Amino acid sequence: MKNYKVHNKLIHELKGIWVIAKKDIHIYYLKAPVLIFGIVFPCFLFLAFAFGREVDPASLIPGLIGMTLFFTASSVGPIIFPWETRGKTLERLVSCPVSIQSILLGDVLAGFLFGIGISLVPFLLGILGLGMNVDNYLILILAILLSALCFSSLGVLLSSPPTDNPSNVMMLSNLVRLPLIFISGIFIPIDQLPTGGQITSLFSPLSYTTDLLRHTLQGSHCYPIALDLLLLLVFTGVFLTFGIGLHKMSLAKRI
Amino acid sequence: MTMRQKFAIKVEGLAKSYGNLLAVDHISFHVEDHEIFGFLGPNGAGKTTTLRMLTGVLKPDEGKAEIMGHDISRESFYAKMAMGIVPEVANAYIDLSAWNNLMLIGELYGVPKQRRRGKASELLRMFELYERKDEKVKGFSKGMKQRLVLCMALINDPQILFLDEPTAGLDVQSARLIRNLIGELNEGGVAVFLTTHNIEEANQMCHRVAIINYGRIVVIDSPENLRQTFRSVQSVEVAFARPLGIETLRKIPGVDMVRKMGDKFRLYTDNQAKVIDNLVDYARAKNLQIITLSTLGPSLEDVFVKLTEDHEKL
Repeated sequence: MKNYKVHNKLIHELKGIWVIAKKDIHIYYLKAPVLIFGIVFPCFLFLAFAFGREVDPASLIPGLIGMTLFFTASSVGPIIFPWETRGKTLERLVSCPVSIQSILLGDVLAGFLFGIGISLVPFLLGILGLGMNVDNYLILILAILLSALCFSSLGVLLSSPPTDNPSNVMMLSNLVRLPLIFISGIFIPIDQLPTGGQITSLFSPLSYTTDLLRHTLQGSHCYPIALDLLLLLVFTGVFLTFGIGLHKMSLAKRI
Repeated sequence: MTMRQKFAIKVEGLAKSYGNLLAVDHISFHVEDHEIFGFLGPNGAGKTTTLRMLTGVLKPDEGKAEIMGHDISRESFYAKMAMGIVPEVANAYIDLSAWNNLMLIGELYGVPKQRRRGKASELLRMFELYERKDEKVKGFSKGMKQRLVLCMALINDPQILFLDEPTAGLDVQSARLIRNLIGELNEGGVAVFLTTHNIEEANQMCHRVAIINYGRIVVIDSPENLRQTFRSVQSVEVAFARPLGIETLRKIPGVDMVRKMGDKFRLYTDNQAKVIDNLVDYARAKNLQIITLSTLGPSLEDVFVKLTEDHEKL
């Protein structure tokens, strides 16, 4: 009987994660400005680096896919909790029979799906527009899935300061995310960075995404594939553990 | 109904602090099944903090609360499944339609799809929102939002309904609709926990009320018993044909306190007969014409003011 109750509760929590994700996508992600920004901002940065340089545009596609994944999967997650705090809808969610973990995992799932969806645009651009080849589809899929999960989890960690002002969190979010794109092999492969840059890049999850993408789309990489995948998982675990822990600690201050 | 369930709510030694402020100070009470229980208190008394602990939104620092026999801290899932909540601020998603808000909450409570859709239609019709079910909530009036939040609280057929100031700031029509519905739900077997500032609302609706001040429960009883207990705040209401100074009336023997209420005076006393005799003698002596004279028992508001004042003096 007890096992049956635990099983029922687990199924309910899993459904709750999906319901929260659907709600997030409906309310926060499927907005024209969010969709346009998700595509335009990485493309703008890409063009800024591609123009005027004697590089093959196809060589920049792995970086563009990585950057798009990074900016889209972690874009909206940080502001969901502040918005919901301000609108008092967070209190409504917390009073429902779903745990705070499920609410946060729902936010992660929404960012994960959005990141994957939008990153198809630069991927198709590379395949169809620039004739790019994929060496290993399994690694490509794993790279995209794990990276989207990792960056989406980062978004939830960034939303943990107990504020009801989304602009405060956006400032923090950009402060953390923007520098990472310059040290993660997006525009310049990691092995071509100066020594300091190479060391710093070890602490960015985006480095392992671009390394995996360069491996499967360009045939060159800096770290072993297994290490890239493992470290993306480790970063995801760390972001989720700290994100959920900090949210639990700050929940009373939000309500 | 499980064997261990005896009360809709059972609270023992519940306490919550915010820093150095003890917001709720080890309170204990119970709410019977099928009871409407009012929770009254001035601003900052601890009403909303108590409600948030009972609904699993805040974790208590000490003590425990059971909802329909389930510990809200250890078995919050089952406790929450049994309740519906109407918070003080209408907190529907303004970017979703009324219908989608109901579907969202129904899904979070695990209400099956067919049942959810049928119940949502029924509730929206009952609360006169069906015609606007596909409109975004951001275009709704305050009364409409509050009615929608009540629909959201009922989508899972709760056994107990928590309401935090449900009629505060609403138009008369919406407030009456909500009060009537609370009464009907209770007749149908739903227990109700109601926090309110509206003393008359509590008086009319609640089987029992608790008065809380500075985080402590001052008294729990039925509204009628409270009024009987506080006979010292019974009063005589009088109106004269011409204006009269309030100080003159304070000097009448037997009068403890005088309040001006519009064109009338309310004289508080523990001996109404004596005050009426003295008042009539005084009017004759001064050649004053009395227009109306009536005796009033202590109102719940009088009891509330007296209890919270007494508590402040402690």
